Amino acid sequence: MSEAKTLTPLKYLGDLDYSVVQQCMHCGMCLPSCPTYLETKKERNSPRGRIALMRSIADGELKVTKEFGEEMYYCLGCLACTTACPAGVNYPELFENARAEVEHQGVLFNPERRFWRWLTLNQLFSKPRLLRAVGRLLWLYQVSGLSWLVRKSGLLWLAPKNLRELEPSTPVVQRRFSDELIEESEAPSGIRYRVGLLTGCVQDLIFPDVNRATADVLLENGCEVTTPRLQGCCGSLHAHNGDLDQAAERARALLDRFDLSSLDAIITNAAGCGSHLKHFSNLLRDDAAYATKAAEWDQKVKDISEWLVAIDFRKPSKSDTGEAVTATYHEACHLCHGQGISSQPRELLKSIPGLELVELENATDCCGSAGIYNITQPEQAGKLQKAKVASLQKTGASLVATANPGCHLQIQNGLGDSATVIHPVTLLADAYRKERKS
Amino acid sequence: MALLQSEPIALIDQLKTVVGDGDLLTEPEDLIPYGFDGTAAMKHAATCVVTPRTVKEVASIVKIAGAAGVPVVTRGSGTGLSGGSIPVDGGIVLCLVNMDEIIELDPANLTILCETGVITKAIDDAAHPHGLFYPPDPGSMKISTIGGNVANNSGGLRGLKYGVTRDYVMGLEVVLPSGEVAWLGSKCVKDVAGYSMKDLFVGSEGTLGIITKVLLKLVPRPKARRTLLASFDSMEAAARTVSQIIEKQIIPCTLEFLDRKTCGCVEDYARVGLPTEAAAVVLMESDGPESVVEEEGDAMAAIAEANGAIKVEKAKDDAHATRLATARRTAFSALARIRPTTILEDVTVPRSRLVEIVNFVEEVGKKHRLEIATFGHFGDGNVHPTILTDETDKKEMERVEHALSDIFDKTIELGGTITGEHGVGLAKKPFLPRQFSEASYQLMKQVKQALDPAGLLNPGKIFDLPETKVS
Repeated sequence: MSEAKTLTPLKYLGDLDYSVVQQCMHCGMCLPSCPTYLETKKERNSPRGRIALMRSIADGELKVTKEFGEEMYYCLGCLACTTACPAGVNYPELFENARAEVEHQGVLFNPERRFWRWLTLNQLFSKPRLLRAVGRLLWLYQVSGLSWLVRKSGLLWLAPKNLRELEPSTPVVQRRFSDELIEESEAPSGIRYRVGLLTGCVQDLIFPDVNRATADVLLENGCEVTTPRLQGCCGSLHAHNGDLDQAAERARALLDRFDLSSLDAIITNAAGCGSHLKHFSNLLRDDAAYATKAAEWDQKVKDISEWLVAIDFRKPSKSDTGEAVTATYHEACHLCHGQGISSQPRELLKSIPGLELVELENATDCCGSAGIYNITQPEQAGKLQKAKVASLQKTGASLVATANPGCHLQIQNGLGDSATVIHPVTLLADAYRKERKS
Repeated sequence: MALLQSEPIALIDQLKTVVGDGDLLTEPEDLIPYGFDGTAAMKHAATCVVTPRTVKEVASIVKIAGAAGVPVVTRGSGTGLSGGSIPVDGGIVLCLVNMDEIIELDPANLTILCETGVITKAIDDAAHPHGLFYPPDPGSMKISTIGGNVANNSGGLRGLKYGVTRDYVMGLEVVLPSGEVAWLGSKCVKDVAGYSMKDLFVGSEGTLGIITKVLLKLVPRPKARRTLLASFDSMEAAARTVSQIIEKQIIPCTLEFLDRKTCGCVEDYARVGLPTEAAAVVLMESDGPESVVEEEGDAMAAIAEANGAIKVEKAKDDAHATRLATARRTAFSALARIRPTTILEDVTVPRSRLVEIVNFVEEVGKKHRLEIATFGHFGDGNVHPTILTDETDKKEMERVEHALSDIFDKTIELGGTITGEHGVGLAKKPFLPRQFSEASYQLMKQVKQALDPAGLLNPGKIFDLPETKVS
């Protein structure tokens, strides 16, 4: 047995409905879909292996150990196994509870890890104002030339190794965030639907233009768009990283910001968020004050491409677009596996005049971004990124469409200047704009 | 017998010198996931797992185990359905998934030589560009290893026309219990030099030797195929249709059957447009030259209609046909949606007795108050009655035991076999004597004793020998 035994009673894996664990009949159909199993060919690195470990813990045969903790964090949480699983195992729930148990038992504790978790989960991504303030500072750092100076001066060597390695790939923060680009309420001339728009956290700082484009295509399709101010993180970051209490707190905060009954849908454009946002009722199951609202919320949350196809969005008319451009589509894990949305983004892309869509080999394979996996497990993330870039380059496409900020950054970092990564909705918004010009 | 626990350090050290740290697992977090295969309600803790990369390493491991008197349980991807690769007390689990190289595809002789851990589907994928075909397609083909397929003589959806794994094995490299390496068979279409030793190892479930390489026959890839889906308002009408197709001497590639429950679960998962209202659905696939495929398809449709089929429809295109077959392969796992534990059987009867066994399974379900779904390779007379139950409910599990016993007795009475394609392993071991006369049962044991006198290879599987009783 590993050394890190603990007597703390189980909080998450013990309370979990046993039938969720039992649902796995260990047939092995998940194995060929799992990036970590394919890498090591060791059963513990596979979905059924991880579930077997969770079950052993629930059965009292295994303690929550450091090894178990590390295994739960080696899992990407890409959910490819849920698509592969004929038995319908609810892996996301198992995975989130297992990580929460790991944190609850403190088996991975070390002061540095605790500091980073506190800074990110408890501070930055729990306090929208703070996040934006830090975003501003980061923007200043990047545009002022200070980042150049730090790199040149060697000051960077004072930072911890993993941070140092990440610095060059730090995403570029935008000058203006979503609230400055989108009014709290914007209405089209004829209102067919009323929707709320989620601006996210990373999306808000790094890709506020995608949020603006989302509002534009919604307006173009007769949707009145309500965008509550200062929304902050939806809590998916917390839920995926073992902090279910803080995730529930973020969910409540978000529920308070939207007047659900007046809205037909809540629109998200980030796959990782969407796949979490649709399950608030799980998170708030025991919260009498919020459970009902959470259930209604789950029904109303829609990914932008899912919503546009459902309302039969208007196809942009042909205009003089000049030369045709070739694009391919990378499926974000939490869109295709997490939400079962695969054809809709392609429909959006196919509707764009002058765009030729070429299919990407292994389009649903994870790119290695997986939330903050590329920070916590850079080696495995790097391998997946490399494989993704190789299949992207085979397509010869100059545009890579994808609908998740994590994938966006990971793939753009991998591709360098050889192609441009873009959200499908940005392309659609452009097409509408060109229509007006011509 | 000296078990691993008695001298663990020395043995582990010896294994480590053979495979190194990375391919030897001893921590509980590593071992727990090797305690089971795809069989329901069966597990046993593994003591150590080795994942060698060469035949030389395998031979060394077998020699070390032999010297220490420690049992060896061989496995591939662990998708077996009879508990055949479940660890035994104190034994070494020898997992061969790292030996996964396709060594040679020989288009002049229509053969392919693979290491034992090559994934079944990868073999057909490699054959495809050469216009060749490896037909055996067990439900788990996307992850099962060829070594596991050979050791269990796996079947699949195409058994009716193309046969089973055995029909494609031309040669095997085997590590014998002594640690010697033997090559059995050849690339020759005809070869009668001595006993057909390779055939002894096909379906031997890791009890006679360890298969390390497999030489397989490939066949020309069929030019065309046609897939039909016929739905019926009774299981009996569906079974009768299949029996009559065979009687009329039509041998299509696939004649698969799914009852209403199975259809519902598969459709819930795969969304391929299976009729979920009908009592039974038969998936028929004919392949070969265009004209033959047309003719066979029409004839089968006519027989289905004559037997009162509610509807007979054609797959829209090739992609749809593939989706239907792929969906069918998930039937077993998809049935797990209904109850916590899914117990799958694979009894097989002469095809003229299909109606009787299908009706009998239905009665057994009523008699023992159990939920049983049935699907299977009807064209082969191979039925998968699947009991949907809960292993934590002791009373219900007792009824499951009675139901299984009844089904096996009936199968034997009809001239059938208790296992058509999954093997005996642990799950069918208690029932095996019922099927055999004393002489044939003893013959198997004699073979085992002759080849593995110390009884160290996968002991306690298929049958117990007096000195290797393993619970």
